[in-house]
This record gives sequence, structure tokens and C-alpha cells, in this order.
Amino acid sequence: MKAKFLVPLFIFLLLAGFLGYGLKLNPREVPSPLIGKPAPAFRVPQLQAEDKSISPEDLKGRVWLLNVWASWCISCRYEHPVLVDFARNSPVPIIGLNYKEVRGDGALDVKGIDPATELATARQRARQWLVEHGGDPYMVSAVDLDGRIGIDYGVYGVPETFLIDQQGVIRYKHIGPITPESLRDVLIPKIAELQRAS
Amino acid sequence: MRRLALVAALLLPVAGQAGEAVPVSDDPVLEERVMRLSHDLRCLVCQNQSIAESNAPLAVDLRNQVREQFLAGKDEAAVVEYLVARYGDFVLYLPPFKGATLLLWLGPGLLLVAGAGWLAWRLRRRVREVPPPLSAEEHARASALLDGSAKPSQESRS
Repeated sequence: MKAKFLVPLFIFLLLAGFLGYGLKLNPREVPSPLIGKPAPAFRVPQLQAEDKSISPEDLKGRVWLLNVWASWCISCRYEHPVLVDFARNSPVPIIGLNYKEVRGDGALDVKGIDPATELATARQRARQWLVEHGGDPYMVSAVDLDGRIGIDYGVYGVPETFLIDQQGVIRYKHIGPITPESLRDVLIPKIAELQRAS
Repeated sequence: MRRLALVAALLLPVAGQAGEAVPVSDDPVLEERVMRLSHDLRCLVCQNQSIAESNAPLAVDLRNQVREQFLAGKDEAAVVEYLVARYGDFVLYLPPFKGATLLLWLGPGLLLVAGAGWLAWRLRRRVREVPPPLSAEEHARASALLDGSAKPSQESRS
């Protein structure tokens, strides 16, 4: 019982350990339950080709990235040059999910807007934004006007990026803007791993 | 009466704002159900608010989802399952009881039991503890105090 005086110290260290670990966690990064699950299906109009649609079905057999973006999203402006640069010689196609382009912009009053006008407005705004911000890194962008696809993918902040494998299963989710570091250290190795597995 | 009118007047802008932000359906019973469930669901944008309280665009969208699914005939459990499938247990203010949450649910009870056990052990040991025998000097002092021949106030101060 000589070491009794060490008990408070031990409790303190235990508590400090827990708190220290908690300090390192990012409460903004909510782990997605969709990892390892099939990417939710959708079929919506494309942003650029007006008469075409896009669905995850179309990408079966390929590893691809789904990047959620919008012209009103401030962080997307930091992410965009990284994506444009990556797309130049990316080993995988990047599919854009243009999320609530019109409704998501708090500055616009769009109550009672009709769907055709909303789609046209979204296309015009999104295309212009791409031109102004260094180009279009996406093979195709899907237009998610009402954010329903976003909900199906558990999107709670833009930008977010999903890595999807050949079987259409979500393998990884990146929350927040992609940086050159996260691309180099996480995404590119994960892409290579998935492509090797095929 | 004047005070009541003042309170009513102060509440007016609040009520006005709330009406503006929430697109409500005409069915008050449905709305009540939507709001009751929404109070138990966490908003992922403003994480300290439920989706009933938050006016973040996502919270509004999720409230609309809850409403739509109720209208489609789903019950509370099905709607919760729908949201958990997309956002994980994080959306629940009442976390489920499972492996990963064992410590969370049982921890406080275990701490209580451990504390109570330790206290009982200490108390029982204290009862059994025999006070050390008095030295001859202490014995003499105690006798003097009992006789009333010593001055206790002075003794205690020394």
C-alpha cells in the first residue's frame, strides 16, 4: 500500500489521456455509415451536355471520384485549383455533383421557382463559375437541384468527395476541401490500391 | 394586463421569424409529429442543435424529408432508420445501446457502483479499526480533564 499516493496521479493521467485523445478528434468530421455500402443510385441531367443524364450505373467497372460542389460554396474555391490540377493527369474520372446550385444560395430568393427555370439558372451559374475559377475538372457534373442526392449520400457540408470502386461501392469519404496534401497522402494511394485490386 | 401586452409585443418578432423560416403543412397533427421527432435528431451543421431548432439549410431539408416520409405512411422508427443509414448514429441524440456505446451507457452506473463499494469498504474498515492505546502522559491528561482540575480551553490551545 506504499504506492497509494500514486493513485490520484494515475487517475489524472488516465483522464488526461482521454481528454488529449478527444482534443485530436475533429467533431466536424462525422464518420459516414455509407463506407463499404453501394453508392446510392440516381439519374439526373448533366450540367454541360443538356440532353444527357448521368447515373453511378454509367461508371460501373471504373474507380471514380464523386465531388460535391456548388458555386456558392466558399471552400470550393480553395479546392477547385487542386482538382483542376489533379484532373490533368488523373488516373480516375472525377464526377461532379452540383449540389443545390440555386436553392443553396442564401442570397437568392427562389420560392416557387419552376423546375425548368431552376435547372437553366443552375446550369448558367455553375458553368460561369467553372469558367471563372480555372476550368472544368469534371468528366461530367450531375445537377442535384433539390439536394435529394446529397441527402442520400449523407452530405452535410460542401465540398465532400467520395471514392467509389469498380463495383460501385463507396470506399472512402473526404470531408471538406481536398488539399494537395490530402490528395497526395490519402486519395491517390487509395485510388492506386483500388486499381491494383481490379 | 399591460405587462401581458408588453410580453406579447416582445414575442411578436420571434413568432414572425419562426413562421417565415419553417415551411409548414396545413396538418397540425402531422406538424406536431414532425417537430416531436425532429427534436430528437441532431443537425449535422450546427451540431449543438436539433434539426427542429436549427435553421441551417440542411436542417430544413431534413425536416422536409421527415414530413414527406410521414406523409408516405412511414412510422417514426422507419424515418429514424432512413436518416441513420445516411448520416450514422451521430444524428441521434439518444445513442443506441451497442458494442461501441457500452462504456457510454454503463460507465456512469459502473462508476456509481464502484464508488459506493469503495465507500462501504472504507466505512466498515473504520468501524473495525482499534484506536491506538493512550500513552501514560495522555492518560494523565485525560484523567485531569475528567476530574475538572485542568482548564480545557488552555489545553486545547496549546
